[in-house]
Amino acid sequence: MNVAADMRSFTTRAGEIAIADEVALCDPRGALFFPDSRVLVVSDLHLEKGSAYARRGQLLPPYDTGATLDLLAAVIAEHRPATIISLGDSFHDGWGAERMPQSYRERLLALMTGREWIWVAGNHDPDAPVGLPGMVAGEIALGRLRFRHEPLTGAEPGEIAGHLHPGAVIVQRGRAVRRRCFATDGERLVMPAFGAYTGTLNVLDRAYRGLFRWETFFAHMLGADRVYAMAHRRLRGG
Amino acid sequence: MAVTRLLDQQALAGATKLPEAFARWFGERGWAPRAHQLDLLARAQGGASVLLIAPTGAGKTLAGFLPSLTDLAERPKRKPGELHRGVHTLYISPLKALAVDIHRNLGRPVEEMKLDIAIETRTGDTPAHKRQRQKTAPPDILLTTPEQLALLIASGDADRLFAGLKYVVLDELHSLVTSKRGHLLSLGLARLRRFVPGLKTIGLSATVAEPDELRRWLVPQNPPGLMAELITVQGGAKPVITILDSQERVPWAGHSARYAIGEIYEAIKDHRTTLLFVNTRSQAEFLFQELWRVNEDTLPIALHHGSLDVTQRRRVENAMEANALRAVVATSTLDLGIDWGDVDLVIHVGAPKGASRLAQRIGRSNHRMDEPSRAILVPANRFEVLECRAAIEANYLGAQDTPPLLEGALDVLAQHVMGMACAAPFDEAVLLQEVRTAAPYAHLDEDTFARVVDFVATGGYALKSYERYARIRKTKEGLWRVSHPRYAQQYRLNVGTIVESPTLNVRMTRQRSRGGNAAGGPALGKIEEYFLETLTPGDTFLFAGKILRFEGIRENECYVSNAPGQDAKVPVYAGGKFPLSTYLAAEVRAMLADPERWNRLPEQVAEWLSIQKDKSMLPRAGDLLVETFPRGNRHYMVAYAFEGRLAHQTLGMLLTRRLERAGAHPLGFVATDYALAIWAHDDMGTMFKGGRLPLSDLFDEDMLGDDLDAWLAESWLLKRTFRACATISGLIEKRHPGQEKTGRQMTVSADLIYDVLRTHDPDHILLRATRADAAAGLLDVSRLADMLSRIRGRIVHKQLERISPLAVPVMLEIGKERVKGEADEMLLSEAEDDLVHEAMGY
Repeated sequence: MNVAADMRSFTTRAGEIAIADEVALCDPRGALFFPDSRVLVVSDLHLEKGSAYARRGQLLPPYDTGATLDLLAAVIAEHRPATIISLGDSFHDGWGAERMPQSYRERLLALMTGREWIWVAGNHDPDAPVGLPGMVAGEIALGRLRFRHEPLTGAEPGEIAGHLHPGAVIVQRGRAVRRRCFATDGERLVMPAFGAYTGTLNVLDRAYRGLFRWETFFAHMLGADRVYAMAHRRLRGG
Repeated sequence: MAVTRLLDQQALAGATKLPEAFARWFGERGWAPRAHQLDLLARAQGGASVLLIAPTGAGKTLAGFLPSLTDLAERPKRKPGELHRGVHTLYISPLKALAVDIHRNLGRPVEEMKLDIAIETRTGDTPAHKRQRQKTAPPDILLTTPEQLALLIASGDADRLFAGLKYVVLDELHSLVTSKRGHLLSLGLARLRRFVPGLKTIGLSATVAEPDELRRWLVPQNPPGLMAELITVQGGAKPVITILDSQERVPWAGHSARYAIGEIYEAIKDHRTTLLFVNTRSQAEFLFQELWRVNEDTLPIALHHGSLDVTQRRRVENAMEANALRAVVATSTLDLGIDWGDVDLVIHVGAPKGASRLAQRIGRSNHRMDEPSRAILVPANRFEVLECRAAIEANYLGAQDTPPLLEGALDVLAQHVMGMACAAPFDEAVLLQEVRTAAPYAHLDEDTFARVVDFVATGGYALKSYERYARIRKTKEGLWRVSHPRYAQQYRLNVGTIVESPTLNVRMTRQRSRGGNAAGGPALGKIEEYFLETLTPGDTFLFAGKILRFEGIRENECYVSNAPGQDAKVPVYAGGKFPLSTYLAAEVRAMLADPERWNRLPEQVAEWLSIQKDKSMLPRAGDLLVETFPRGNRHYMVAYAFEGRLAHQTLGMLLTRRLERAGAHPLGFVATDYALAIWAHDDMGTMFKGGRLPLSDLFDEDMLGDDLDAWLAESWLLKRTFRACATISGLIEKRHPGQEKTGRQMTVSADLIYDVLRTHDPDHILLRATRADAAAGLLDVSRLADMLSRIRGRIVHKQLERISPLAVPVMLEIGKERVKGEADEMLLSEAEDDLVHEAMGY
């Protein structure tokens, strides 16, 4: 086995991209940061997914909420955002916020303190999370940008959405590499899922049909400490 | 088992001990039972459990069933209206195909003797209505697999079904006991013994290194150490094994044996029926393709491996039985004791990797004891020549190198605990006692068992947040019972210990069928998802003996079309599944060190070794030779450890970490069964010589401490192992056909669970099980440890100007993991020639 792993690709500086001319940073942990407005976006946290499975008899380790909050805390500490948008499916189901152990609830509250926090409604959590502060919205507009959970086909430029859990696959030296990714054609963007137990759906899947212009499309794949931008032609299905 | 071949004149006298019908049956055919068959019968009738070790063709299976058949023959007839008597004899084999084969072979004498004995199989293929009927009206003899036994004992009426059980016959026991299936089976046996305390077991096995391990396995370990009685039948005629004496050039590296195709084909032509064994599926596909390329006489040559569609496999098996084939290319699916027609030659392509495995495979030819088996070994490269030579000598010497048995796995135990709760509420202490009677779990401590039960109940996490979701709960009486019927259903769907990597069905379609109707073609078999991921529509590859064009993946099926005449990508050769056995490795080292033995090697191989001796050196048998040399703008180090690919891979990971710390800037490594090569920016040779990094420090045993732990935690090897443990233990569910459609984003992957669990609950019982598995299986840590202690003070460093002949094979593996089409092939072959010239000084 040859271990000289190598993912030949190019990337923009520190994952810097533009969506409808707004500059944003793709954090390799899966968060999007707008330095000018100091807005941080995360999507599909799926908090308490483990306990949602446990209710049905699959006793997954109950630490996913903790792991997701750890990651979120690190991202917040680095970017110091004024506003945080959680772009839907923040909890895995409508009872997630109630099920959340007290220690986790306290950590989440600490993260929320001192900044504006917006819960965008998702299909898993259409209602406001029970017993947590923050503003609740179906959709947010910030300048030319529109933040909503599910991407709309034919939406105006500037849409930032989640929901699909985009992932990308490339094949290099005969080996397939699969990662979560930011999926964008410069006009709109679909956020990677942020939660510790969230899987991926390949950006070439038919669920993405009609969302992007492939000529200008890039999958910004999440690496250990940077993102890797891959053009559409380099990507594989499956 | 070949009842029709039991002729043994010397044992005629013993026939008197048999019941009338049996004696007459033998007599009418001019046959007699063999001494060991009668011996086993007498001991079993006396109430003993017995292990029978005999070579293939010794009438082992009939021996195993004689106690049951004679007992059943003398039993009074069941009166009309009388209740069914339950299963009398349970036969368990590792292969479905074996159960079917035994059914056929056992049916014949039973019919001829007009015995009123019902024999049925029960496997995953048995239709549900038949399985249901088998519970209400069970056959006298039930032929089944470990998984089916687990399901049977997990149902509430198991005690009734097995109340009349007299015998359990365990076929191919040597192969069952080395895996997790064996662990599951041992726990099933423990439960059967609780139903029937006087239950007798009969184990049938090929020759093994440690028969006592198997003898303990057959009887309750209460007290520990009890053993079944042993009957050993000495081997018959010595097999005649030769190494292909090729007129062609034996390659330096690679696994295809393409050079020998013509000579292999001639050998097939010279024999009635030839079995060709290879180590992997891709080798099988390749060899089959190459043979048909030269098959000018259109001999009936078939292909058989586990990924092929079952109807295709049955067709080959039936043709084989009818002696309608001249050759079959097969992987281990035909390894075990199935009797397939009149094979008069076994050809083993590639190195056998273990002497016992070779003996087993060779036993497939001339399935009778008194004639010698004939076998030809075809080494695919020069090191394999040495290995084949060592294996031949071992086979003549009767050396055995079956792997040692492992402690019972905890994930299997968790599955069993859940199954027992499904059967009936259980008392923890009583179940522990029962479990400990199974040999693999004889030393299970109370605390570990309690943690396993806790895991089954609530996940066993340090963070106790799942009490309300418990799958099993303690009743007021202190018994554990299933808290909801759906958990029992979940258990039944996920039973078993075989966790396969995700596969997709391969289905034929027309080329480039756009959009519309792509379905409808026949299924060819299953292929691993990870391989398909690397294909682009239009790529060609070998499968099911055909060159196929990849059309795309839809609805979890892989669509392909025929692409005859095109050059095919070969599915990645992922190395042998089996590592080189310790025994053969030692033999190869001894052979290298002893020029006297080279005269038994082909001339070109002997020449290779003698030039190595000139240009560098050959290590003494107990030494480790480390060569260093520059090449291109890199510096190489090659260590000839001969400990197998897995141990070398682990060693490579650990040495690279150390070289990194020492500032040598290692760039990569490659491991084969025989050697490990590491390359770096800096001149490692000078670092070793100059004392900046003494070799004794680099190879110090302490690398197995912190370095190993640190590396393991990150390793994908551990993730893969975790996935298996998590599935077997019931933490995650197996993927069932049709369920994949829910989409990747909905499932929680084992990798993600592993990461979270490792960070937040590192002492979790499942991580403990994972580490134990990985250390034993994937990493060969114990073997590496033995090696490091063996070579202490015995490392010989040779600093060279250029690559040595011995280094060529491992150097050719660099960057060769993937086959990328013709241009790359050409480049590789150019590179190969360069290295050879450089090394041999031509």
